Amino acid sequence: MLENVKKFASEFFVTGNTLIYAADISIVLTSLSIVFALTYFKKWGWLWREWLTTVDHKKIGIMYLISSLLMLFRGGVDALLMRTQLAFPNMEFLNSEHYNQIFTTHGTIMILFMAMPLMFALFNLVVPLQLGARDVAYPFLNAVSFWLFFFGAMLFNLSFVVGGSPDAGWLSYPPLSENTFSPGPGQNFYIWGIQISGIGSLATGINFLVTILKMRAPGMSLMKMPLFSWSVLSSCIAIIFAFPVLTVTLGLLFVDRFFGAHFFTLDGGGNPMFYINLIWMWGHPEVYIVVLPAFGIFSEVVSTFARKKIFGYKSMVFALVSISLLSFFTWVHHFFTMASNTVDAFFAVTTMAVAIPTGVKVFNWLFTMFRGRIQMKTPMLWMTGFIPTFLVGGATGVMLAVAPANFQYHNNYFLIAHFHQVLIGGVTFGFFAGMYYWWPKVFGFMLNEYLGKWAFWLWNIGFYVTFMPQYALGLMGMPRRSYTYGWDMGWWPLNFVSTIGAFLMGAGFVFQVWQIVYSIIHRQRDLTGDPWDGRTLEWSIPSPPPVYNFAVIPQVEKQDDWWYKKQNGSHRNKAVKYKPIHMPKDSGIPFITGFFWFVAGFGFTFEWVWIGLSGLIGVAVSLFTRYLQKDTDYYIPAEQVEATESAIGGARS
Amino acid sequence: MQPLKRITIVSLLVALISVISGCGQQYTVLNPKGPVGEIQFNLIVISAILLAVVIIPVLIFFAYIVFRYRDKPGNKASYMPEWDDNKVLETVWWAIPIIVIGALAVFTVRDTFVLAEQPSKGVKPITIQVTSLDWKWLFLYPEQGIATVNYVVIPTVTPVRFELTTDAPINSFWVPQLGGQKYTLPGKALNLWLEAKEEGSYFGTANNFSGKGFTEMKFQVIAKPNPKFSDWVEQVKGSAPELTRKGYEELSKPGLVEKQDYASFPPDLFDYIIDKNGGQYYKENRKNEVEKAQ
Ligand code: HEM
Ligand SMILES: [Cu+2]
Ligand SMILES: [Cu+2]
Repeated sequence: MLENVKKFASEFFVTGNTLIYAADISIVLTSLSIVFALTYFKKWGWLWREWLTTVDHKKIGIMYLISSLLMLFRGGVDALLMRTQLAFPNMEFLNSEHYNQIFTTHGTIMILFMAMPLMFALFNLVVPLQLGARDVAYPFLNAVSFWLFFFGAMLFNLSFVVGGSPDAGWLSYPPLSENTFSPGPGQNFYIWGIQISGIGSLATGINFLVTILKMRAPGMSLMKMPLFSWSVLSSCIAIIFAFPVLTVTLGLLFVDRFFGAHFFTLDGGGNPMFYINLIWMWGHPEVYIVVLPAFGIFSEVVSTFARKKIFGYKSMVFALVSISLLSFFTWVHHFFTMASNTVDAFFAVTTMAVAIPTGVKVFNWLFTMFRGRIQMKTPMLWMTGFIPTFLVGGATGVMLAVAPANFQYHNNYFLIAHFHQVLIGGVTFGFFAGMYYWWPKVFGFMLNEYLGKWAFWLWNIGFYVTFMPQYALGLMGMPRRSYTYGWDMGWWPLNFVSTIGAFLMGAGFVFQVWQIVYSIIHRQRDLTGDPWDGRTLEWSIPSPPPVYNFAVIPQVEKQDDWWYKKQNGSHRNKAVKYKPIHMPKDSGIPFITGFFWFVAGFGFTFEWVWIGLSGLIGVAVSLFTRYLQKDTDYYIPAEQVEATESAIGGARS
Repeated sequence: MQPLKRITIVSLLVALISVISGCGQQYTVLNPKGPVGEIQFNLIVISAILLAVVIIPVLIFFAYIVFRYRDKPGNKASYMPEWDDNKVLETVWWAIPIIVIGALAVFTVRDTFVLAEQPSKGVKPITIQVTSLDWKWLFLYPEQGIATVNYVVIPTVTPVRFELTTDAPINSFWVPQLGGQKYTLPGKALNLWLEAKEEGSYFGTANNFSGKGFTEMKFQVIAKPNPKFSDWVEQVKGSAPELTRKGYEELSKPGLVEKQDYASFPPDLFDYIIDKNGGQYYKENRKNEVEKAQ
């Protein structure tokens, strides 16, 4: 008996070197201290009532934000471990298996559990406010989406402690990701973690599409809508077409693994190339899904801080929408090296075509600043850091798209440098800009600018020090995903420099955390609701906004409506008569549904069918309970709205 | 401050010069030793120049704007908060990327088709069949009847048609100085033309992640003039052991091995590997590829 338990435990729990044990211990200790703190301060009820059951888009946004920053930490630690291993030739810090797991989880976490939720955080925090709406179209579904993301991410991260991490790369090509070459639960963790959160992402895409199309304040025609909302709209269109492809692809891979089917192995008549085509039909649009909202953020930030109307609004809208559509015609550029010449030529040209609208956007941003008055506040700083990185990253992207030349860059460090340049310089810097820009609106206090500038410069300089040498390493022939190299290759000096850069970026992150903690302690309240002298509707209400956002739904006349109302003084409150406000009720069901998905995913990961099935039954039952619920909304009485408004109004100077 | 600045500039210059001259040899992609690599190198240069012509002025303009239009007291630059539209300007910057991308597209399409053909026309090519295994490279010479592992010898100034497949996860066969890579797919044989114009030993590597031993999957490509190449073939024929079907099964098990020579191999070995991985579903495909190549 004891022997069996021991055997089970050694397979179930990940064992290995001190590094892993140290990480395990820190995870257990952190969890224990959270449980202890919640119990000691009697906060369980508060946590449940205020957060776990909320359907308020602003709170959901905050939960997305916190989770994604935690995931940035985890993915960042992975990155530093990898860079440490590569700092010197023949390092024995990580072995090959461990390195493979780390780059796989790093890539997956950064894209799916850091960039996506950070983006959803901003969708949730900003879009309804920008539209002059009281909520998203489907608040309950919104909460379900969050919990699916959350439990998907938890499941994926669990692989670090039990069962073993996936190690076939962030896109897990078969046959490497099939049972023959990747037995055990690691790859199943990948499939189920992404699958569960992916369903949530699809729902979010639908939710925000409908919100934007249906919930805009009266008078806000699509062509008066702020550019961030436009970018969310284009991103959502891409989500709706791309994510079902992901669901099906991972589903088929699981059927291969679990039932021994042969969708993606040739020996039974399937084909791994099907998988590679399918995964990139999702994967390529996915990178545009995350970068489009960043474009929207930059458009808002640049016009606010250059104190000037955005240049070429119509071009910008056209560019956003055309990028989201073009992104579906480029996927083959990820495997030029296996396609035929005709196919290569076609996809090379379609890929380069994406650079045209993207280039136009850069010119428009530049001309928004031209003849403006640029205020270098932290959000704007990230914007100015973005332009050069993105120009260079975009240019190397076009170089990669030249199919015959791509044969020399594919899968080596040139590619790694390129995609980090767009993912960090474009996506991550963009979301940071958004986070800094809307922070006072969401939390009601300002972030310390001084520490923020340190964070910016460390990230920015660190970025160049890390990734510029990697272009050169690529041209020297260093393959990506090499866990080590010899002295004879001459790759050492540049790798060493690159590692230093990575630690500079790590220091940048530390400054960001410090900045947030410092600003919470030395709270500098934003009493105006409009600290940057903004242009769009979200700045017309108090910070943080009340549950119902707008006491009176605004009537929109122009693009940048709030700015013009301020200009002509019509923004000052006239006497208004408040009406009762219709709101959705909080519900525990989204959390419970998410939890049951976790149980199901966990069961199938270990192929414990009875646990998997009971999870699925739990999901069905909890959703059916929702179906039976009739009492799902309530009204905030007019008097209470009035009381709240005069309370916050009084606080505003 | 001044001396510090001077030291920085000098050290930057030194670094730049050493990168360009001294260590230049390490930039394998930028030192092509054959026609395929040269075509790709030229494309790299053309694309870099075309893009730099746009990017650099834009970067300078950007720096100028940020400097000129800062919001500081006494800034006399013009301020036009409502100016948001200029049809001429917008037409210009839709045109710029369209022209650049258009030009690049022409070169791209042209060379994509060029690379699918035999490099030096009129010279009799040789064929080498390449199989990626867990975690080693097997090279079969169907015309010479010999085989090697983890290194391959080719004649100089002779187009080499590599036929690539795998008996393990998907991989990619890459010899940066001779030219860009191609994937090895299970059940399929893809063609990659390469040619070395000089004698020498070139670095080759596996370039698509394939599991635990992936990083160690390096190989050497040794180019020798034709007579020396024939001598080498004879020498392998005379001295090396033979590769049997059983020996192959042993070799293909996951693990690392040293360089190997084989005086012979089962003539149907390559077809066997392809069929074993599902090639029977692609018979037609393969026949077409072979015909196209001849
Ligand atoms: C904070 C600085 C970062 C550093 C130092 C860093 C470093 C690395 C390293 C060393 C690799 C592995 C290269 C290899 O061996 O193949 C890698 C891969 C990757 N990184 Fe990052 N990274 C950073 C941030 C990010 C961010 C922000 C994202 C996405 C938003 C990202 C996405 C990826 C992806 C998708 C891969 C590919 C994983 C794979 O090959 O399967 N990284 N990164
Ligand atoms: Cu792509
Ligand atoms: Cu790209």
